[in-house]
Amino acid sequence: MKERPETDQSYSAAAEVGALRQRRGRAERWWLALKKAPFSAWFGMVVISAYSIVALFAPWFAPYGEAEIFPTPFAPWDETHRFGTDQIGRDILTRLIYGARNTMGIALVTTLLSFLIGGGLGLVAAINRSWLDQLLSRTVDVLMAIPSLIFALVLLSIFKPSVISLILIIAVLDSTRVFRLTRAVAINVAVMDYVEVARLRGEKLSWVMKNEILPNIMPPLVAEFGLRFSFVFLTIAALSFLGVGIQPPTADWGSMVRDNASLIQFAQYDLKAGITPLLPAAAIALLTVAVNFVVDWFLHKTSGLRDEQ
Amino acid sequence: MNDNGKPILQMNNIHIEGYSDERWHPIINGVDLELKRGQVLGLIGESGAGKSTLGLAAMGFARSGCRFTQGQVIFDGVNLLTLKESQRRKLWGTRIAYVAQSAAAAFNPAHRLIEQTIESASRAQIRSEAESRKDAIDLYGSLHLPDPERIGERYPHQVSGGQLQRVMTAMAMSSRPDLIIFDEPTTALDVTTQVEVLAAMREIVDQYNTAAIYITHDLSVVAQMADEIKVLRYGSEVEQAETRTMLHSPKEQYTQSLWSVRSLEKPESRSDDIVLSLKDIDAGYGKTPVLHGINIDLPRGKTVAVVGESGSGKSTAARVVTGLLPQTNGTVMFNGKPLPSALKDRTPDQLQRIQMIYQMADTAMNPRQTVEKIISRPLEFFHNLTGREKEKRLLELLSMIELDESFLDRLPAELSGGQKQRICIARALAAEPDVIICDEVTSALDQIVQEGILKLLLRLQDEFGISYLFITHDIATVRAISDEIVVMYQGKVVEQGLKSQILSPPHPEYTELLLSSVPEMDPDWLTNLLADRGV
Repeated sequence: MKERPETDQSYSAAAEVGALRQRRGRAERWWLALKKAPFSAWFGMVVISAYSIVALFAPWFAPYGEAEIFPTPFAPWDETHRFGTDQIGRDILTRLIYGARNTMGIALVTTLLSFLIGGGLGLVAAINRSWLDQLLSRTVDVLMAIPSLIFALVLLSIFKPSVISLILIIAVLDSTRVFRLTRAVAINVAVMDYVEVARLRGEKLSWVMKNEILPNIMPPLVAEFGLRFSFVFLTIAALSFLGVGIQPPTADWGSMVRDNASLIQFAQYDLKAGITPLLPAAAIALLTVAVNFVVDWFLHKTSGLRDEQ
Repeated sequence: MNDNGKPILQMNNIHIEGYSDERWHPIINGVDLELKRGQVLGLIGESGAGKSTLGLAAMGFARSGCRFTQGQVIFDGVNLLTLKESQRRKLWGTRIAYVAQSAAAAFNPAHRLIEQTIESASRAQIRSEAESRKDAIDLYGSLHLPDPERIGERYPHQVSGGQLQRVMTAMAMSSRPDLIIFDEPTTALDVTTQVEVLAAMREIVDQYNTAAIYITHDLSVVAQMADEIKVLRYGSEVEQAETRTMLHSPKEQYTQSLWSVRSLEKPESRSDDIVLSLKDIDAGYGKTPVLHGINIDLPRGKTVAVVGESGSGKSTAARVVTGLLPQTNGTVMFNGKPLPSALKDRTPDQLQRIQMIYQMADTAMNPRQTVEKIISRPLEFFHNLTGREKEKRLLELLSMIELDESFLDRLPAELSGGQKQRICIARALAAEPDVIICDEVTSALDQIVQEGILKLLLRLQDEFGISYLFITHDIATVRAISDEIVVMYQGKVVEQGLKSQILSPPHPEYTELLLSSVPEMDPDWLTNLLADRGV
């Protein structure tokens, strides 16, 4: 602790200055936080970075083209095809690499879109608190009452299953959850005196949202972003598995599991062949776990929870 | 008062450290404390002086993130610090009890009061449950709770704050502890309620010959309660003496400065130039009317203090003026023209000329914005200042509030309570207002810091001719800052007049009750007051 100023007759604010520490720079604070991050968070960050690099530079990593077909379907693991080929003779490793790009890319776009819709409307509802809030909240309740996977299936069979419609449908369905979270946390912030100060100043709604409320609800939103990203990912995989997700020849982990599922029964003859359909599934699982590790750490850090001794 | 030999509690050379910023910081630096049965020791000091930490240490307890590094806490011959956690736990609630500041937060809302009152006594099997219940009812009676037979059957939200605080005292007394620690038990209460709670606590401690530590930052309160007073600062003892000696002739300079705070008083002056005037205002929330035809006049360059207990409609009146709560009847005249009742109908000029400062500076500043951003926004918004001009004005404002430019890149969390309130004042000043509404701006601050803020407000009024509508429940603050006083009770104005008129008798009945309930720095004040009221 620094030296306290000597006892003096009256209070002086300037005298208090010495007792306070200087604020650390942003980069320094981040570095400090990273240094203290637990192993699980580091593991998560390494996995996510590796996936991102693979996804970004897929054409450089992949030995063959995404839709390139070889003469032998269901070829065993060997030097030419590290993980063999699929039911029509495409190289599994290549499709795993391209799958990272497609599945993750689509999941990222979808999550961003759902946050844009849900977050934006949630903020408006939280500040407005009138009939608009009621209308939005009840609509969301109705949407949430229908199981989302079934709802997505219905919508995808009405609209043609294309990448665009897939993104839009999942984004809208997912935005209901984002809406509820944003509204809930923003309401807590919207009643703060500093928001009142801004309103008394005559600030526009958009300014209040951007400058007063949004910065204060970022931590839970970022954490939710990580979780929703994982769920969107799983939804896409599930839809692809059911055949209405990403359409061939675009590579995608979910459909790869479905297409090669029959190989599992060969496990008793060739263990490697049996593992093949599990590879894309493992890729999904690993990424989900990694994202959640990072999110958990972030939530723990920003929520101000401290371990009791 | 009581003198039976051996001390019940003896704390020797206590050192406590707290962990933050990856380091251990000293909180308490070698404090000694001794307490006999039936003795009440007052612990006073500013926030951060270590009062509460020392109070908890008397139970052999350190908050999470804190640790004892040296010293002994000897309670009835046993060193609490060397006991096992489970053994200490047995003492807590049975032989040592703790009464917290916020009774509302300390009760479980899902259980009836009486169940919580007798919990520790029946858990420790001091008495059977039936006896405990009977005893609790007796305690309620001796704490002057209304309807002691049945009040225990209520839930915490069904009684008032003052009653809850007394039930909590009953809870602490239920197992007849040898030592009670009161941690700011009346700080959250209105003055009129505070008197009842203080009297009840004093009586019961006296009756059962219990030793007590009374923690507070309010000197006049501690003067009523304590036999001896210990003054703490920065985790060390400044001095300790018998209450009367301490009040009349404190030795240390720091103590003297604490004592002199309350003597600030502004000479009143009158003016007929009315800047803001509320005429026959009715207002309410939903269907509940709160204000009933109130009239308040604010002369230009003067301070009108609005006093009254919580629920009297003080803050509601402020919300009507700011336009946050449109009135249902009546008009607000500002600079001779009626103000539109709704916020959205007001012109930027009107918005600029009425500013507000809040009680809790913490929630009045966005925790993610730096001081620079907080103060410069009104400059940009109202005065279109940018670049050099804005910077110049920023520094000017900072010097007005007696802070320097090193504060510009601080976040609110990196400021002390007084500094936060200063920044809020600077933000209001940045708009260059005619009227500033101050809603209990000093009640969350320590007395020395309070004095600093009040002096600052007075100086700014002198320099810029700002008028203040000053909402408060603290009469000392009213004396210090106001020209005129408005007394409010249950949504009505009881009286408005010059300070000297309102503060000198004869008073209307409510004003009398309010004024007489304000504790004075006289150890006999409470005794005399109770005698006067015939309790």
